[in-house]
Amino acid sequence: MTAPTSPTSPTTTAPATAAAALALGDDALVLSHHLGEWAGHAPVLEEEVALANIALDLLGQARILLSLVGDEDELAYLREERAFRNLQLVEQPNGDFAHTIARQLYFSTYQAFLYEELARTDGPFTALAAKAVKEVAYHRDHAEQWTLRLGDGTEESHHRMQRAVDQLWRFTGEMFQPVDGAHDIDWPSLQESWHSSVTEVIRGATLTLPEGPRADAWAAGAGRQGLHTESFGRMLAEMQHLHRSHPGATW
Amino acid sequence: MVTTPLESALEDRLRELAGSVPDPELPMITLAELGVVRGVRMLAPHSVEVDLTPTYTGCPAVEAMSADIEKVLHDHGMADVTVRRVLTPPWSTDDITAEGRRKLAESGIAPPRAGAAYGPVPLTLSVRCPHCGSTDTELLSRFSSTACKALRRCVTCREPFDHFKEL
Repeated sequence: MTAPTSPTSPTTTAPATAAAALALGDDALVLSHHLGEWAGHAPVLEEEVALANIALDLLGQARILLSLVGDEDELAYLREERAFRNLQLVEQPNGDFAHTIARQLYFSTYQAFLYEELARTDGPFTALAAKAVKEVAYHRDHAEQWTLRLGDGTEESHHRMQRAVDQLWRFTGEMFQPVDGAHDIDWPSLQESWHSSVTEVIRGATLTLPEGPRADAWAAGAGRQGLHTESFGRMLAEMQHLHRSHPGATW
Repeated sequence: MVTTPLESALEDRLRELAGSVPDPELPMITLAELGVVRGVRMLAPHSVEVDLTPTYTGCPAVEAMSADIEKVLHDHGMADVTVRRVLTPPWSTDDITAEGRRKLAESGIAPPRAGAAYGPVPLTLSVRCPHCGSTDTELLSRFSSTACKALRRCVTCREPFDHFKEL
């Protein structure tokens, strides 16, 4: 990857800013990779294109964020699993289409509110957030429309969508753990906005809001501390294989 | 450096040249018409810096745009060309010029609606079919052949078409 020169040089990034850039950048990178896995497998051609486009937006965000930390290629391809700081939610496998949509619903709603806040405050992420928030509005709309369509669709699609929102629910509590370096974010209020938006979509889709604690001891969520779930290692192996096997390879 | 009238005229010329580069994915419009060339500055004789803003954060065309700008300015005697990526203020479809919109429509791509770029994703009302002019069109997908377009179909003439979606 060779990007045009970025005005921000990695050497000038404060450690706290770099920590936040790594967390948010890894979220975008990992989700982008999973969405890319749908290419050639999506249920309809329009969805191939939609998921690939969303993946591309996320990859663009990841590149800018990781460039604040260091060399984007080294960070993406040469880090070990424990050095990644993404949420466990985004590393969950694609599953069936309903799972991918539930993951998109939970994450794009989170990203929309988070970037909206970051764009409002004057900090190292203002410029990126102001740009990305407009792209994320389309991702969120895409996820909401599909949640409604599948939830309020056939018996089979309803059942699968319900199963997906239930299974991924326990990974959502982690999103509201404060991210080091992203100050000025009112996390409890972010969680409240997220919860009421997601509740409205899920109810509108004739689905039942999952129950149970999301951030209690049994609930998942230590991705920000570098602890990841089983499938993440396999995803990384695939993502990093080419770069590690052929150092310096270019197209 | 202190700018003399001659240098300022050269800078204008370079700005015009950088802006005249066709968009790699929508070659019917130029980068100036797309509104992505933010500034062109002479740093020293034969050294120039260009500010380029991406339409979408992940737009892969940015690299082709940078290369094309570098080439056209090199050909105009600039030994040293730097293309910087700038994000602020974020690009919006409102930055596309009237001429750019006209050319998009002429090429079968429905131009973005003006002023619709901010706030929630706009409603799907009245995007005009670039083929027959009907306003009776429907959304097929919010994502299409490139990041910046949505796919629609005209109910009247049944032709599918791309719509440069508001951002």
